[in-house]
Amino acid sequence: MSGDNIFTGLVEEHDGDARWAFGTGFTEALAGVDTTLPEGVDGPALAEYCQMLGDDALVQAQRLVHWVTDAPELEEEVALANIALDLLGQARLLLARAGQADGTGRDEDAFAYRRDASEFRNVRLTEAPRGDFARCIVTLLVLSSWRLALFTRLAHSVDPVLAAIAAKGVNELAYHREYAVSWALRLGDGTPYSHERMSAAVADVWPLTGELFAAHPVETSLAGLGAGVDPASVREEVREVLDQVLTAATLDTPGAFPDGEVSGREGRHTDELAPLVEELQRVAREHPEATW
Amino acid sequence: MVTTTPNETRRRAWEAAAAVTDPELPMLTLADLGILREVEVSEEGTVAVWITPTYSGCPALAEMRVDVDRALRAAGFDDVEVRTALSPAWTTDWITEEGRRKLTEHGISAPGRAPARPSGPVPLTLLPTRTAPRCPRCATADTEELSRFGSTSCKSLHRCRSCLEPFEHVKEI
Repeated sequence: MSGDNIFTGLVEEHDGDARWAFGTGFTEALAGVDTTLPEGVDGPALAEYCQMLGDDALVQAQRLVHWVTDAPELEEEVALANIALDLLGQARLLLARAGQADGTGRDEDAFAYRRDASEFRNVRLTEAPRGDFARCIVTLLVLSSWRLALFTRLAHSVDPVLAAIAAKGVNELAYHREYAVSWALRLGDGTPYSHERMSAAVADVWPLTGELFAAHPVETSLAGLGAGVDPASVREEVREVLDQVLTAATLDTPGAFPDGEVSGREGRHTDELAPLVEELQRVAREHPEATW
Repeated sequence: MVTTTPNETRRRAWEAAAAVTDPELPMLTLADLGILREVEVSEEGTVAVWITPTYSGCPALAEMRVDVDRALRAAGFDDVEVRTALSPAWTTDWITEEGRRKLTEHGISAPGRAPARPSGPVPLTLLPTRTAPRCPRCATADTEELSRFGSTSCKSLHRCRSCLEPFEHVKEI
């Protein structure tokens, strides 16, 4: 059988409407993983927390995909698509965990495709307009540094599933940050024009950074139990990283992070999110019988 | 009737699963890649196979699961469960010597040692510190990185300054 085409096998051996190449019945991201909840951790709260971290990744991935066919060079398109793919993988695992933890048994698709924009729990920076390449790099620099700091701590979560997802994510996020750093240095310390564009991007992104360190009550309570991470606890570490990068890139550091309030984590989003979610969900909503 | 010991049955199941190849790096088996984590055969004959994703978003995982399922059925096991092992996270250090040899043979540079990940913050690097991989064709170390990200999640793109050929490198992770 080894010579068979894999796709022939997929449609032959599985029942149901396997009209898509990946209609395999093998799609659950956490198949066979022990999903018992750690003692003392509230299932619905853990589920909400997983949605927050999952939605950050899902929305950022969708935003990054807008660079495909539109990046300055082919190599950058491939890089941004790869970064988006890593984030999408993290989102799938986290959303699958959310469906198990809240007891509804919803799968990753139920979260990704069958929630309205107001039910998404991502921070607003992930949904912010794509902007130019400088803006893309500054956003990626901030988000990857922040998520890396969160995930290095989350890798010690008392929830073994979250800990495993985070430990794996750390390795990927380290590459994402390296990529953003290399471009920040090249453009910030490049020509006067590239420097100017990078300075403008930092000025645009900075007001959105405050929210990253504002803790939602669910984050605070799970951090208290050792299951989650209080985002306020990574503020200084992220600040130091960004200071070092911006200084090396000869860019002005805009001072402390602004004070931010919990917004996206409560479903209060900017007008940018609804069209992004509509685009993300269009095929799934138009063809509810489809599987992939 | 042929009787086989439980160990023998497990070995047969392991070998069937281990021989499945990666759809994106077809010169490598799951065993070469180090993603086949465990194979168990219950007394009732149910085979459980644990595989671990290379990257969180690796799209080849779904195909590999189907392939493992089919390979075991072809080997005579009717009741098969392919499960995901998330922890510990896969690292390129698990690629076997045999796997590294096959990669080089196919013009893909094998990964060096994966970066150590002690607990605590991941150190920030402002200068490229990863060592340049050797050209898989002419073995020179005089190579340059074209892109940290390549045609699949696990590879970066390089060029040899000596023979001028571009080549792919499996990134250390």
